[in-house]
Amino acid sequence: MRISYYPGCTLKTKSKNLEDSALASMAALGVELVELQRWNCCGTVYSLADDDLVHHLAPLRNLIRAKEEGNSKVVTLCAFCYNTLQRANLLVRNDPEKRKTINSFMDEEEDYEGEVEVVHLLQVLRDDVGWEKLYEQIKLPLKGLKLAPYYGCTLLRPEEAAIDHVEQPTILLELLQTLGAEVVDFPAAAKCCGSYQIVSNPEFVVDCASNILSSALRCGAEVLVTSCPLCDFNLSQMQGELAHRDSEFREMPILYFTQLLALSLGLGPEACRFDLNYIDPRPLLKSKGLLNEKHVTAAKG
Amino acid sequence: MSGSDSEKQTKGATEGKVEEKAAVEVVEKMIPVYIMGKRYEVPEGLTIMKAMEYAGFKFIRGCGCRGGICGACATVYRKPGDYHLYVGLACQTVVEPNMYLAQIPFYPANRASYNFDELKPEPEEIFKLYPEVFRCVACNTCTKVCPMNVEVMDVIAAIKRGDIAKAAALSFDCIQCGLCASRCMGELPQYHIAQLARRLYGSKIAPRAEHLSDAVTAIEEGKFNKMLQELMRLGIEDLKILYQARELEPEMTGEDWQPADKSHLVE
Repeated sequence: MRISYYPGCTLKTKSKNLEDSALASMAALGVELVELQRWNCCGTVYSLADDDLVHHLAPLRNLIRAKEEGNSKVVTLCAFCYNTLQRANLLVRNDPEKRKTINSFMDEEEDYEGEVEVVHLLQVLRDDVGWEKLYEQIKLPLKGLKLAPYYGCTLLRPEEAAIDHVEQPTILLELLQTLGAEVVDFPAAAKCCGSYQIVSNPEFVVDCASNILSSALRCGAEVLVTSCPLCDFNLSQMQGELAHRDSEFREMPILYFTQLLALSLGLGPEACRFDLNYIDPRPLLKSKGLLNEKHVTAAKG
Repeated sequence: MSGSDSEKQTKGATEGKVEEKAAVEVVEKMIPVYIMGKRYEVPEGLTIMKAMEYAGFKFIRGCGCRGGICGACATVYRKPGDYHLYVGLACQTVVEPNMYLAQIPFYPANRASYNFDELKPEPEEIFKLYPEVFRCVACNTCTKVCPMNVEVMDVIAAIKRGDIAKAAALSFDCIQCGLCASRCMGELPQYHIAQLARRLYGSKIAPRAEHLSDAVTAIEEGKFNKMLQELMRLGIEDLKILYQARELEPEMTGEDWQPADKSHLVE
């Protein structure tokens, strides 16, 4: 199976661990993620804060690229890219006037009417691979590892762009259960990490991180699992400050779901790129016996 | 022209000879063009630059190389009944009837100051000097207005995702005319940003040519001093003889051809 893939800027720079572990694990599952030959920055959600059309050009141009390459679907990993591409797609599908204006402006591109479907990798795993088929491929069940599935905002809001129900999402929980881990559902799973406030109002992000991480800790989680480079950054970077303020605060590694997927598929810790995580998860994983050499099998392909 | 022809005829008649007019009478076709809003009649087939000079404009700057490579004569124009803006270099673009044009010889785009030697070959250095690069909304107006068909939007996209090498490769044909910056919604100086990427790539990222550094070392060690001094002592006639007698690489030969006299080669 081949699916057109939109990486986004961050996965090529700060979050290579998310991309590398995703490409490796999907290849092991027989799904080739084929990067778009030509793509540009999506605009990263913040661009859509203004009610104008020009900020929709960037994400739509990527969908036109996907269409030009003959794809009916494009998958993305970064939650922000997912959100931006999906919302731009919905605008073009639902608003004929704006669609006309945008197509008229982008006179050098073919007209786009929303023909391409935007999906997140979690949806591909659930719908195209399937939990049962995935379960059969697991070489190293993540036994004894207590994982907290953290969705953040951009996968679940706004409702029309969401991949799951905002109040009771289950898609990430289902994936992590399939991987054999003990999943700790916790109340702050869909609370905002503070997002771009890290730039202008970092104190606010300290509060957000404190709420989310202490909630997860109280429920017994050892690792927070995310799909968003900004959530990863905010929640990791604030842990130093939180430890400083609260003597009872325990450091919690943050991992991308693709890293855990790659690990459970037996691709070995190198394929997971744990070396790039802000908080090294390897000591914890080792203590759970998940980095033992005997569990490691050769990566496919 | 027609004036002088009738002069000739009169002369011929006066001298009593019948001159056969063998030459075809050439009349230049004149077409209207609008230069900065004012109408001029210029000969068909001229470039915009020559047409402007024909109309009486004198270029004392903004005319550069006249060879399509310096970017000084960037021109924006429209055609009748068409709202699109077209671009071209005045020295290369031929006038069309009712062309409506103006030149953009300079654009006050932001140009960061930096000490190049101190820059690391990392995208963050570009982001620091040109933070406006993140204002790009991928509207593609820059690409549409480039007279050299550079994919300007893709250059900026490559820089945003840290790919300096790709930005350098894509912007190779840039002639620094500034049209991209003049139309950019985000106020990016694309050509300055791309130039920094090319400089970083060429100077600090691209692999070095080892044979070049070997040759430089040989020069610095004085390998060629004696040969040069001997040549400089010779008179012009001896130099001519030597020049005619020099060994040339044959036109069709393999890569490993070597001259008989290897004294000037760098091993």
